[in-house]
Amino acid sequence: MAKNTQLSFVLNGEEVQLLCEPRHSLLEVLRDILGLTGSKEGCNNGNCGACNVILDGKVVNSCCVFGLEVQDREVTTIEGVATNGELHPLQQKFLEHAALQCGICTPGFIVAAKALLESNPRPTEADARLWLAGNLCRCTGYDKIIRAVLDAAAVTSGEVTPVEVTAGGRK
Amino acid sequence: MSTMKSAPPSSKGKGEYRVIGTRPIRHDGVDKVTGRALYGADLQLTGLLHGRVLRSPHAHARIRSIDIQKALQLPGVKAVVTAADFPPAGDKVEDLGEGTVKLRDLCGNILAGEKALYRGHAVAGVAATSPHIAAQALGLISVDYEPLPPVLDVRKAMSPEAPLLHDDLFTDDLGEQASSPSNIAKHLRHEKGDVGEGFKKADKIFEREFETAMVHQGYIEPHNATAHWNADGNLTIWTSTQGAFTVRTQVATILQLPISRVKVIPMEIGGGFGGKIPVYLEPVAAVLSRKTGRPVKMLMDRTEVFEGTGPTPGSYVKIKMGALKSGRIVAAEAYLAYEAGAFAGSPFFCGMMCIVAPYDIENILIDGYDVVVNKPKTAAYRAPCATSAALASETLIDEIAEWAGQDPLSIRQLNGAKEGTRRADGLAYSRIGFLETLDAAQAHPHYKEPLKGPYRGRGVASGFWFNCGLRSSVTASVNPDGTVSMIEGSPDIGGTRTSIAMQLAEVLGIAAEDVRPQVGDTDSVGYTDVTGGSRVTFATGYAAIQAARDVEQNMKQRAATLWEVAPDQVQVSEGVYRNGKNSLTFKELAAKLNDCGGPVSGQATVNADECGVGGGFATHIVDLEVDPDTGKVTILRYTAVQDVGKAIHPSYVEGQIQGGATQGIGWALNEEYYYDEKGRMANSSFLDYRMPTALDLPMIDTVLVEVPAPGHPFGVRGVGEVPIVPPPAAIANAIYRAIGVRLHRLPMNPGRVLAAILGR
Repeated sequence: MAKNTQLSFVLNGEEVQLLCEPRHSLLEVLRDILGLTGSKEGCNNGNCGACNVILDGKVVNSCCVFGLEVQDREVTTIEGVATNGELHPLQQKFLEHAALQCGICTPGFIVAAKALLESNPRPTEADARLWLAGNLCRCTGYDKIIRAVLDAAAVTSGEVTPVEVTAGGRK
Repeated sequence: MSTMKSAPPSSKGKGEYRVIGTRPIRHDGVDKVTGRALYGADLQLTGLLHGRVLRSPHAHARIRSIDIQKALQLPGVKAVVTAADFPPAGDKVEDLGEGTVKLRDLCGNILAGEKALYRGHAVAGVAATSPHIAAQALGLISVDYEPLPPVLDVRKAMSPEAPLLHDDLFTDDLGEQASSPSNIAKHLRHEKGDVGEGFKKADKIFEREFETAMVHQGYIEPHNATAHWNADGNLTIWTSTQGAFTVRTQVATILQLPISRVKVIPMEIGGGFGGKIPVYLEPVAAVLSRKTGRPVKMLMDRTEVFEGTGPTPGSYVKIKMGALKSGRIVAAEAYLAYEAGAFAGSPFFCGMMCIVAPYDIENILIDGYDVVVNKPKTAAYRAPCATSAALASETLIDEIAEWAGQDPLSIRQLNGAKEGTRRADGLAYSRIGFLETLDAAQAHPHYKEPLKGPYRGRGVASGFWFNCGLRSSVTASVNPDGTVSMIEGSPDIGGTRTSIAMQLAEVLGIAAEDVRPQVGDTDSVGYTDVTGGSRVTFATGYAAIQAARDVEQNMKQRAATLWEVAPDQVQVSEGVYRNGKNSLTFKELAAKLNDCGGPVSGQATVNADECGVGGGFATHIVDLEVDPDTGKVTILRYTAVQDVGKAIHPSYVEGQIQGGATQGIGWALNEEYYYDEKGRMANSSFLDYRMPTALDLPMIDTVLVEVPAPGHPFGVRGVGEVPIVPPPAAIANAIYRAIGVRLHRLPMNPGRVLAAILGR
């Protein structure tokens, strides 16, 4: 068995220190060592996005990052999206739009969408669909997810004019 | 965004409901958007061990021996199990409540006995102190296999020369048992009228053959199970399942335990679509726990989910229809053969039931076959077997429409089933809304707007799913603050805690938010069948209505005690209890319960089949564009029209339709189990098994047609399954309009579409 190694990083704004094996993925560190089970494993090879976290401002599949790679870096997980008990507008809009059914992909979508809005405050539908193409949802057909993200963008950007969507067909 | 079209409801007019038809935020929503909801894999227990499964690399092989000694010697390994650790199955036949099954088959799919029957077939299980050690131990188990020739195609498997999977499988041929073993498990027939006479009357006869490959439900959460076999002999199982009670029955049957020894706690479930009804890991985790005295958690990886769990059958369907020049169809004959996978028991009869169910045809003959092949034992998948059946019938009807010079929706109107139409399997419809879906499609702006441009096509197709009733239980307890705690037995896969709570709230005259719903375990709520068959909002909702009526009766009695009148002198309307000048709201009365007899609860266990299940019909319209250089199909516009009976929570009804349509689009265009000649699946990852992403789709427009189901107090029909039925046929019909070639095989991936274009 590989020896445990010390790891410290900033998790949802707070520094954490722990011991992990070199073979542990960041997802295993979060779920199995720290008990933060909001990030989900759907494929363990970067295909589904259910384990998305934000690492130094970029979305990554935490199943494809070794725990030891995040030494001294900043990680935001789904558990860090709501602040002081207040839902992020994305979380609120996912609820209002019924943008989840089983909910297993939802944390990954919300984390990925948060990174989208941070880099592109007023995405078009096409922007959102491209950005979220790495997140698989098998329940919703994506319609309500995309609407929730675009609606949340209106809140976070303060630009309330709705963006055009493909209801009624692609042009 | 959806539009809604309501026919006059049976009991109440539009706008008369206070809760039903509104869109409250789901009760479990905050937990699910913050990552707090606990799914099976999220469970942590003291002393937990981690299990993994060794799987067969061969599609068909005799297992000569299994040597586990080296694995047991690896530090951290606590136990290894094989089929030899399970009670002998013998020749018993067990009733699982949803049909009978040979115990040997049920056990044989958990861990292989004498033979491995598909690649991915579980052979042994290991429990260790970490998942990594368990995985390492799998490599130390030595299995001596004698590879046998596999049979992978449904028609080849039916040939008398085919290698046999089971030497004790004798065809049940229309009730007669065959004398020699075969891969054909069962042959059923539905007959109505006289097809021979019908075809004689026809002006033209159309006949086509269709093929589909196995496809997977593709839920994002892999299977999981945690078991603890306690020293007192009681077994507790935590798992993500569509039915805690069916897990209890299967586990107790396989391990030959009294059912009361097994308690199943359903965790949140990350998608199922029919695939999380059978057990896979649960009995293995249980036996590993018995051997170690510690709880054991087992998780599948994605490849195991593809190779080791139940996809939906691949199929071969031959269909023949005779039509008059008017477009009226006078005879239909179908031959459907479905791959059961390694063990008998595919839902092939559902395909038989659905294939021409939307149409009123005088003469029908349908033959169906359940056939074993060296692929995973299939499971249900959203309207199982109906999609591949509809691909055949709905493509052929499109061809007949073209020949008759008719609009594809009009020909469906001309032949469409309505109340009283008798299906080939004997059932006569109660009030159904198929024609209403056609009207709504015909009137939709999508259908009216011309589609312009080269390599573009519009297609339509309809679909049917019968929907299930089955048994459900609900318990409701009134809290002193006027809220109601509700326990229901149906695992919530898509917001049904809320759709059930809304029906309870409607009856009691309280707000949806005043109900606190939770899903119970097998020891805390009455028996409830699986979340499947589009039954939960219908049947468990019906149980909630009955439980609410029980509560209301008790509340009336309490009010009567308080006012010193007879209970029948208390009137209740929209949650207000009245007698003369006395009046109390539900909340006010709830606060006084301790003054008039104590707390109140209500309970109901229903068999919802008794109230009459309403079948579901859908009609879909799709516009698409074919890239003539690559064969890639792009969906431009999609509209799904469906008779939903009554939409309790319209957002989640739309969601079911959008999700089902999207799965159908994936099935039509990309998804398939791709096998090499040795029976090895070549695309067992999400990257290669290409499900639709957000980028592949436009918005999916929905039209909720509301023709109330006569038997349900609010007119609810199941909505979950029928939306997957029309998409492949609608897309095939649209591709024909785009390129002038009809495709008869799924998936219609770029390679096949390009070949069709080049072969024109």
